Amino acid sequence: MSIQYKSIKNLTSMLQNKEISYKELINETFTLIESKMDLNAFITLNKDMAIEKATLLDSKKNDSLLAGIPIAQKDLFCTKDLRTTCGSNMLSSFIPPYSATVISNLENAGCISVGKTNMDEFAMGSSNETSFYGNVENPWGKNLVPGGSSGGSASAVSSGIVPAATGTDTGGSIRQPASLCGITGLKPTYGRISRWGMIAFASSLDQAGPMARTAEDCAILLNEMCSHDNKDTTSLNEHIPDFTKDIDQPIKGMKIGIVKEFDLSQLDNEVVKVFEESKKHYESLGAEFIEISLPNISLSVPTYYVVAPAECSSNLSRFDGVKFGKRCDDPKNLEDLYIRTRSEGFGDEVKRRILIGSYVLSAGFYDAYYKKAQQVRRLIKNDFDEAFLKVDVLMSPTTRGPAFEAGSKGSDPIQMYLEDLFTIPANLAGLPALSIPNGFVDNKPIGLQLIGNFLEENKLLKFAHNFQKTTDFHLKTPSGENI
Amino acid sequence: MSWETVIGLEIHVQLSTNSKLFSGGSTGFGAEPNTHVDLIDMGLPGVLPVANREAFYKAIRFGLATNAEINQTSSFDRKNYFYPDLPKGYQITQMAMPIVGKGSIKIDVDGSEKIINITRAHLEEDAGKSIHDLFDGETGVDLNRAGTPLLEIVSEPEISNAKEAVAYFKAVRQLVTFLDICDGNMAQGSMRCDVNVSIKKQEDEKLGTRAEIKNINSFKFIERAINFEIDRQIRIIESGESVVQETRLYDSVKNETRSMRSKEEANDYRYFPCPDLLPVVISDNEFNDIKNNLPELPDEKEKRYMSEANLEEAEAKIISSSKTMANMFEDACSKTDDSKLVANWLVGDVSALLNKDNIDIEESKLSSNNFATLIERISDKTISGKIAKSVLEEVWESGHDVDNIIKDKGLVQIQDESVLEEIAQRIINDNPSQVGAYKGGKDKLFGFFVGQVMKETQGKANPKSVNDILKNLLDS
Repeated sequence: MSIQYKSIKNLTSMLQNKEISYKELINETFTLIESKMDLNAFITLNKDMAIEKATLLDSKKNDSLLAGIPIAQKDLFCTKDLRTTCGSNMLSSFIPPYSATVISNLENAGCISVGKTNMDEFAMGSSNETSFYGNVENPWGKNLVPGGSSGGSASAVSSGIVPAATGTDTGGSIRQPASLCGITGLKPTYGRISRWGMIAFASSLDQAGPMARTAEDCAILLNEMCSHDNKDTTSLNEHIPDFTKDIDQPIKGMKIGIVKEFDLSQLDNEVVKVFEESKKHYESLGAEFIEISLPNISLSVPTYYVVAPAECSSNLSRFDGVKFGKRCDDPKNLEDLYIRTRSEGFGDEVKRRILIGSYVLSAGFYDAYYKKAQQVRRLIKNDFDEAFLKVDVLMSPTTRGPAFEAGSKGSDPIQMYLEDLFTIPANLAGLPALSIPNGFVDNKPIGLQLIGNFLEENKLLKFAHNFQKTTDFHLKTPSGENI
Repeated sequence: MSWETVIGLEIHVQLSTNSKLFSGGSTGFGAEPNTHVDLIDMGLPGVLPVANREAFYKAIRFGLATNAEINQTSSFDRKNYFYPDLPKGYQITQMAMPIVGKGSIKIDVDGSEKIINITRAHLEEDAGKSIHDLFDGETGVDLNRAGTPLLEIVSEPEISNAKEAVAYFKAVRQLVTFLDICDGNMAQGSMRCDVNVSIKKQEDEKLGTRAEIKNINSFKFIERAINFEIDRQIRIIESGESVVQETRLYDSVKNETRSMRSKEEANDYRYFPCPDLLPVVISDNEFNDIKNNLPELPDEKEKRYMSEANLEEAEAKIISSSKTMANMFEDACSKTDDSKLVANWLVGDVSALLNKDNIDIEESKLSSNNFATLIERISDKTISGKIAKSVLEEVWESGHDVDNIIKDKGLVQIQDESVLEEIAQRIINDNPSQVGAYKGGKDKLFGFFVGQVMKETQGKANPKSVNDILKNLLDS
C-alpha cells in the first residue's frame, strides 16, 4: 500500500498496527522523494541518518504519536551536522554545530528529519523564486510557484511525499504557500515556539509552525514543537495545552469576524465566490458572522516593509565572510572582503531589503520610518484586541488568488509584496493564524485564513478541524484522486 | 588669550561576572585565543542572547554608590557597524533606556574636592580583539573578549584639566573596586576610557568643537593625551583655523594624538531596539537586596576607622583610599587589639616602601595575609618592631612567608627575662666606667647599655623588657 498522501494520523496507526515497519516507511518515503526530484522541494537530503534512526526505532518500541514520522525541515532551521543554507549561496557550505530547539523537540518526539526544504533566500520572498537553489514547483501545475518563503515545505507536503514539514512565517511564509499548495499551515502566537536555532530574518515577526495535510496533524505537531525555552527570552512562559484535545468540539454559537477593511471587491470573482461558500459552510456549522472594523489594518503592508527590512539589515550583518559561510576569493583588503563576500553571497531580494532596512534605520530617518512603523504596529495590535472582545476568530482569504506562474511577478517587487496583504497583520500583532484549503480557482487550490486571539491556537484548530470534518478540499490531490 | 578646557570622559569598566553578558562563555583573562567562545559569542546563525542578571546587579551597585537614578526597567539596542572582531556586525548596548541614569561622584584634586556629574552608565558587550602583528599580511581575530560585560560610564563635560580627568578616573576606579564590580586591572584592559576634549574662550557660553581620543588605559597616558590635545587645539585656533570634530588615537611612544577618522567618515550606527531581548525588569526585591548588601564605601570606611579604631583623619584617609589597603588594615586588625599599631605600619613603613618603588599596593608582593601575620608577630612579641622592619623589607623583596623568614633567620624575640637579666648584668660588669658616669648623672648613657644588650642579642630582645631590667639593675 502506498504511503503517498497519508496523514500523520494514518501513518501512526499503520506503524502501531505493524502494517509497515519504521524502516520500510522511511525507505518508501525516500523512494517517493526521489521520484519527485523535479519539484526541487529539497536542498539537502538526510537519507543515511534517517534510515539509521528508523532502524533503531524498529528495534526499540516507541509509543510517541510522532515516532518514526518522516518530516521535512525548512532549511532555515539549524540542524546539527546537516548542511543548513537558508536558501542562500552565503551558507552553501554551512554545517551547524547545533540544532534548533524546534528541531530537537520534534526529533526527541521521534520524528525523522528526511531533509532540508527549499525556500526563498533567508525567507525573503513569496514565490520561492529568490532561492539560490532554484525554483520549486507547485505539484498542482507545471511552472506554478508554490508560494513562499516555505515553498519547499509546502510543495513536499502537497505532493504527498512527506506527511509533514516545518515552516516559518514572518509575513505569511507558512500560510501563503499552504494556500497555494492546498495544505494546512499554522503560524502560532509569537513566542509559542522557540526561535533558538532559527536563522533570523525579522526577529520580532519570525515564528515557526507546522505544515501538514490536516488541522489535526498540525495540532499533533504543535504539541511537540512548542516549549518554553530559556535560550530565547522572547519565548513565552505560558501553559502549553494539548492542542488536539478540543478540536472535535462543535463551534455552534461561536462568532467569526469579517474584516470590513479587507476589500474583497478587488479580488477575482472566483476567489470571492470560494470565500462566500466557506462563510455559508461555517454558518451551516452554527457559527455567527459579525463585521469587524480594524481601522489601521490598511497600514500593515507598509509597516511590515519598514520593520522587517530594518531587522533583517541588522540580522544579516553577521554574514561578512569572517567567521563562517562564504568568503570571496583573494580579498585585497577588509573592505574588499566585505563588499565582494556580500555581493556574491546574497541575491537581489536580500540586497534590496538590506538597503531598505539600512535606509529606514539611518540617522535622520529613524523617527520618520522605523519609530513610526512601531507606533502603527501598536495601533494595529490594539485594533485586534478590540476585535477579539467581540469575536472568537477573524476570517479572510489567505491569498489574493491561487498560485501564479513563475516569473509573472518577478519584475515588480511591490506586486510580490502585496501577496502578503492578508497574512501580514497577524505577524505584526503576534497573533496565531492558519490557512486551510477551502476551494479551487482554475483547478488550483486556494486557502481560507483564520486569525485567532493571543494563545488561542486551540480555538483556531477547532474551527479548522470542524471545517475539514465536513468538507473534502484538503483530501484532493494534485494527481486527481481523492484520498 | 586665556582658554578654558572642557573635558568629558567615557569610562569602560569590565564587570567581573563569571560569564559573559549574553552567553555562558567564560570571562577569564589570558586564555588561548578563541577558547572562551561559545555559539552566541561567535554570532552563529540562529543563536540568541540571554541577558546576564549578575551584570545588572553590578551596574546597580555602581548607580547606588553614585546616588544615581536607577532604571529598574532597562532595555537593549543594537549599534550596527562592520568590524572583524565584532562577530554579529552589531554591538548590543543600552541606548534608549540605560540601567543607570544621572548620578555624581566626588573627586579630590590636590586636597580640594569637586563634584563631577555622571550623565549615565549603561551595559554593553565588549568586542573581540584584532591581532595585526602575528600573521604576515593577515589579521587574526580572537573572540575571547567578545561579549564580556562592560559598564560604560559617561561623565558630563565638567572636567577642566588633565589633572581633574585623572582624579576622576581614579575616583571611579576606587569606587568600582570597592564595590567589587571590577578588578580595576588597567594593564589587562579592565578599565579603559575615551576622552572628549574641547577648548573655548573663557567668556564664551558655547562649547568648542571636540575631539574624541579613543581607548586610553593608563593614568599617565590620560594626562599626557589631554595636555597634548589642549596644546594642539589652542595652536589651531590661534593660527586662525578651526578644530575638526573627529576621533583621534593617542600614540604613547611619540606622545601625540593622531586623527583616526573624521565626522564625515564616522559610522551611522543605525541604533534600534534589539528585537531579541525583552526589556529587563529588576524587581523591588532584587533591588532592595542589592541596596541592603552594598559593600562599605571609602568615605564610610574612613569615618568608621576614625570612630572605631581611633585613627587620625589623615591615616584613615590613606588606608581607605584603596580596597587592598583597607582589606589589609581590617585583616591585620583581626589579629591584634592595637589598631593604631596596624595603622602606623601601613601609613609609615608600607607607604614609604610604596613611594620608594612608585607602585600601588596591588602591585606589591606584600599579601594581606603576610601583613596580618607580621602584625600578629609584633603584637605577640615574637619579634620586635625593629626586627619587624627588616622582615617587612625582606617580604617586600621576596614575597616569602613572614613566619618562615622569622624561623629561618632565628629572629624570635628573647622573652625569657632571666636570660636578658644575665646579659644585662654582664654588660654592667664589663663597663664599670660607664656605670660610674651614669650613676654620676650622665642619664644619656642609659641608651648605651640598651644598645649593648640589643647588640648582644642581635636585636631579638624585647626593648621594653631590656629597659625595665637595666633600670632595675642600674638604679638600685
